[in-house]
Amino acid sequence: MNDSTHDVSNRALSNLDLETPEKPYLDSNELIINMGPQHPATHGVLRVILKLDGEKVLGTECVIGYLHRGVEKIAENRTYTMFNPYVDRMDYVAAVSNGLGYCEAVEKLMNVEAPARAKYIRVILTELNRIASHQLWLGTHALDIGAMTPLFYTFRDREEILKIFEKYCGARLTTHAFRIGGCQYETYAGFEKEVKNFLTFVAPKIDEYEELLTTNRIWIERTKNVGVISALDAIALGVTGPVLRASGVKWDLRKAQPYAAYSEFDFDIPTGTNGDTYDRYLVRMAEMRQSLRIIEQAVNRIPEGPIMAKVPKIIKPPVGEIYHSIEAPKGELGYFIVSDGSTQPYRLRVRPPSFVNLQALDTMVRGLLVADVVAVIGTIDIVLGEVDR
Amino acid sequence: MAEEAKPPVPPPPPESEKKPAAEGRAAPASAEAAKPAAPAKPAGPVPVPWTSPLVEKYKGQYGSGLDAQTYLGQNYFAVDRSLIPDILRLLRDEEQFDYCVDITAVHYLQREKQFDVVWILYSFPRNERVRVKTQIADGASIPSSVSIWATANWLEREVYDMFGIQFDGHPDLKRILLPDGWKGHPLRKDYGILQQDNEWVQINLGIESGQ
Amino acid sequence: MPNFIMSYLGIQDAITPGAAGSQFWALVYVFIIFAGVSVAVMAMNWLERKALAHFQIRLGPMRVGPHGLLQPIADAIKLMLKEDIIPAEADQFVFWVAPLIGLLASFTVYTVIPFGPSQAVSDMNIGILFMLGVSSLGVLGIVVAGWASNSHYPLIGALRSSAQMVSYEVAMGLAVVSAILMTSLNATGTGTLSMIGIVQAQQQQGVWFIFKFFPLGLIAFGIFAIAMIAETNRAPFDMAEAESELTAGYHTEYSGLRWSLFMLAEYAAMIAVSSIAVALWLGGWMRPFPNLLQGPAWDFIFSLFPGLTFLGLAAIAMVGVVRMPSHSFFKIQRIGLAGFAAVLGFIALLLLIIAVAGRSADASGAMSPAARFREGIDYVYWFVFKVAVFMYLFIWYRATWPRYRFDQLMKIGWKVMLPISLVVLIATAIVGVLVS
Repeated sequence: MNDSTHDVSNRALSNLDLETPEKPYLDSNELIINMGPQHPATHGVLRVILKLDGEKVLGTECVIGYLHRGVEKIAENRTYTMFNPYVDRMDYVAAVSNGLGYCEAVEKLMNVEAPARAKYIRVILTELNRIASHQLWLGTHALDIGAMTPLFYTFRDREEILKIFEKYCGARLTTHAFRIGGCQYETYAGFEKEVKNFLTFVAPKIDEYEELLTTNRIWIERTKNVGVISALDAIALGVTGPVLRASGVKWDLRKAQPYAAYSEFDFDIPTGTNGDTYDRYLVRMAEMRQSLRIIEQAVNRIPEGPIMAKVPKIIKPPVGEIYHSIEAPKGELGYFIVSDGSTQPYRLRVRPPSFVNLQALDTMVRGLLVADVVAVIGTIDIVLGEVDR
Repeated sequence: MAEEAKPPVPPPPPESEKKPAAEGRAAPASAEAAKPAAPAKPAGPVPVPWTSPLVEKYKGQYGSGLDAQTYLGQNYFAVDRSLIPDILRLLRDEEQFDYCVDITAVHYLQREKQFDVVWILYSFPRNERVRVKTQIADGASIPSSVSIWATANWLEREVYDMFGIQFDGHPDLKRILLPDGWKGHPLRKDYGILQQDNEWVQINLGIESGQ
Repeated sequence: MPNFIMSYLGIQDAITPGAAGSQFWALVYVFIIFAGVSVAVMAMNWLERKALAHFQIRLGPMRVGPHGLLQPIADAIKLMLKEDIIPAEADQFVFWVAPLIGLLASFTVYTVIPFGPSQAVSDMNIGILFMLGVSSLGVLGIVVAGWASNSHYPLIGALRSSAQMVSYEVAMGLAVVSAILMTSLNATGTGTLSMIGIVQAQQQQGVWFIFKFFPLGLIAFGIFAIAMIAETNRAPFDMAEAESELTAGYHTEYSGLRWSLFMLAEYAAMIAVSSIAVALWLGGWMRPFPNLLQGPAWDFIFSLFPGLTFLGLAAIAMVGVVRMPSHSFFKIQRIGLAGFAAVLGFIALLLLIIAVAGRSADASGAMSPAARFREGIDYVYWFVFKVAVFMYLFIWYRATWPRYRFDQLMKIGWKVMLPISLVVLIATAIVGVLVS
C-alpha cells in the first residue's frame, strides 16, 4: 500500500502494542480512538491516538508535526538578528521568554553581557509574560474540564499585560522585545507606574480564580490523582517546569543557574507533592504570585544606564558552540547554537520544553479514563508551536 | 584515536570589538606587535582543556578515546563513537547526570565523519551541565540511549527525522515531525532550504508544490 | 354563550376543568400552557445566553433586538430554515420520531402541574406518579435518537445520557416519596399523590415541606434539586453532551428543526422538574411566609407583587432605553425597547388594578369574580416566580462549575444520593409516626 499516507491502520503502532506474535489481533474489548488533529481541547493541532479498553486508556501515541515550520533550518539561512523574530513564533504564548533565551544564548556566544538596566527590563517583561502564559493556561485548562467562566476572567486580565507589551514594543503576542545585546526600546513614559498598577490590579484577580476553583469539590475530584507522575519518572523523561516541580523536585533554572538579574531578587519556588493535576494547578497559581513578587522588586529599582551593550551591527560570533537555557513558563527552554564564525548560525537547535513534556503524556494517562486525557493534555501546558517548531 | 572535536576552520574574523568579559576565556593574544595606531584584535575565545576530578577519572579510564574541553565556561567531552553508550551510562550512574536535557546532531558536510551527535546532560545533585559529543560517519548508526534516559525516545526520533542518523536499539525509530513517507532529511546541509518532497506533497495534499 | 363554555365558569368551588369535566376549558388551559411553555422556553434561551454572558463578563446577544430580545426568534427561524440532514444509514422513521418522543414526554407532564388550586388542566389523583412516569419517557427519546443515528459516538452518548437519567431517577423518586409522606400528616392520616393535593397539604399544615421536620425536608429537597440537574443533563452533570469530550452526545446527527425540538424538550423538562420541586417542597402557589406574615394587610402587600415585578421589569427596560447610545443606528432598538417597556408597564398596571380591585371585594367576605381572578393571578404568579428562580439557578450552575466525569457522576447517583434519600425517607416516616 502507499506508505506515504497517514492511514493509521497501515502503520505498526508499536508503542501501543497492537500486534504481538501471541496476539495478532486487537482484543475485542479494545478500541482505537483518534483525537484530533482538529479538536477543541488539544490546544493546537495535536493528534492523539488512544487505545482503550472500554473507557480506560491502555496506551497513547501522539502524532505531532502538523505545525512543523522548519525553524531550525530557517535559522541556518538567516543572520542572528534576522532570526530574532522567528523565535517568538515557537511558543507564541510566551514569546518574550523565547526571545530572552535566544538573545542571551547569542550574547553568551559573543561573550557580551547585557547592561544592568536591560537585564531588569528583560526580567520584568519576562515575568509579565509568565503570568500571561499561566493565565492563558488556566483559562483553557478550566474550559477543558468544564468550567467555562475562568477563561473569560483570565483573558480579561491578560489584556492588561498585553497592553503593556503593546506600549513597550508595539506587539501584543509575538513581541520581538529584546535584541542581541540588550533591549532596543527604552521603557516608555509611565512604564513603572503601569506595571505597579498592574500588580495591584492582578493580585486579587488571581485570588478570584482560586476562589472559583481551588476548593471546588468538582474541580478537586476531576484533578486530584489524575495524571500522576512521580519525581523519578519525571526526571527520567526529561520533564521540566511546573510539571517537574509539582512532582516534588524543587528546581528552577532561575535559582539553579541564574540568568538576567534573577540572582538579585528574592522569590520562592513552589512545589507540589503528588505530581497530579491538582498540584500542577496549585504550582502554577503560586508561580504567578511569585512572578508578581519578582516584578515588584524589579520595578522598584530599575537601574539607570544604557540598555544596549556594545555589539557590532553585524553579529558574527566566533567559532564555537554554546548551550544556554532559561526557565520558560513551560519548562527548560534551551538554545544550542553552533557558530562557524559567519553571520548565520551553523546550527541552531531549540530544546523545546513542550516537546519533551508531551512525551510524558503516555506515562501520565495510562489507566485513566478518556475524559481525563483531555485534562492531562491541558495540565502539561503544551503549545504546539513549540512542540513542532 | 580520538579526534578532538575541532570546530571548523574559521574565516578571519571581521573588525569587531570584543568586550573583555566572562569566565573560561583564553588569554587574549595581544602579544602581537601592538602598533600604537591600531591595537591588534585579541583572538576570540578558544576551547581550553577542562580539568576536574571527573575528567581525570575518565581520562584515566578511556585514555585517548575521550577528550574534555571547556569553551566559554561550558564543559564538554568529545568522545570516540565506541565509547557510546558506556560513557553515558557511567555519567548517569556514577556521576549522577540523571537528566538528559537534549540530544541533537550537527552536520558537517565537508568532514569525513559528517555528523556530530551531541548529548547535553544535567545533574540535579551537582547542578552541573555537561555535553558529550561524538562523531559518526554518514550512514553509520549509533547506539540509542533510551535505556539510559527515557526522554531519549522522542529526542532521538527527531534526530533521525532531521538527519537520518539511525539509533540502534531504539524501540520505535520513525519520523516524528515530518510525515511518515517523507523522503529526505531536512537539517542536513545538502538539503536545500527551498527543497521539499514534492512527490509526497502531490500525493497527499493534491497540490503541485508547497511553495 | 354555549353551556359547555359557561358551565365551568359558574362553578363556585375551585376546581380544575378536568375535574369538572369541561373539555373546552381543559383544551383552553392546554393551549395556554403550551403557549406559555413555548414562550418560557424562548425566554429561557435568551436568559441563558445573557446570564451566562454576564457571568463571563461579556454582553451576550445585543444586536438582534434591543439587548438581544429577539434572538430566540432569530434562532428559531434559522433552525427552521436549515437543511434537514438525515444520515443515509439512519433508520428514517425512528430518526424522525425520536425528538417527538422526547417532546411528548416533556410536554405531557404539564397537564398536572398545579399553577393554582384550580389552575391546572386536570387534577389527577396520581398526579406526581404520572409526572415521574411520563417524564421518564424522555429517556426513551434519547436512546432512540442515539440508536437511530447509526453512528457509534451518538450511540455511546445516548446510552450514557440514559444511564445517567435512570440512575438519578431513583434518588429523585425516593425524595419525592418522602415529601408525599409528609402530606399524610393530617386528620385522616391519608396522604395524596395529587399535585394539587400536595400543595394543599402544605397549606393546611401551614409550612412549606422544605422546612418541615427540619432538616429532613431540606435534605430531601436538596437531593431532589441535585437529581433534577442530573436528570436534565445540565451542568455539572452534562458530560454526555459536552463539546470537549469524544462522544458528542445523542443529538450530534440532528440538525435544524429536529435539534431545536431536542432543545425544546430539554428546557421543557427543566421547567417540569423545577415545577415538581416547587410544588412538593416550596409551597407551590403559596405566597411566601403564609404563617409568619398573616392577615389581609400582608395578603394585600403580597398581592401587589405581580404588578410590582412587571413594573420592575419595565423600569429595567427603560434604564436600558436611556443607556442606549443616542446614535441613529440605535433608533429602532430604542423604540423597540421602549415599546417593550411600555407593554410591560401596561401589564403591570393591569395587574396592580386587579390587585386593588380584588382587594376591595375581599373585604366584604364574598368572593367576587374579580377577587377570584386576582387570586388566580397570584397563584400562578408565585408558582412561576419560584420556577423562574430555579431556572436562574440552572444557568448559574452552568456558569460556575466544571463538569463531573461520567464515572464520578454515576458514583454520586448510586453511592451518595440513593443512600441519603433512603435514610431521609425512613427518618421522615419515623418522625411522622412519632409526631402524629
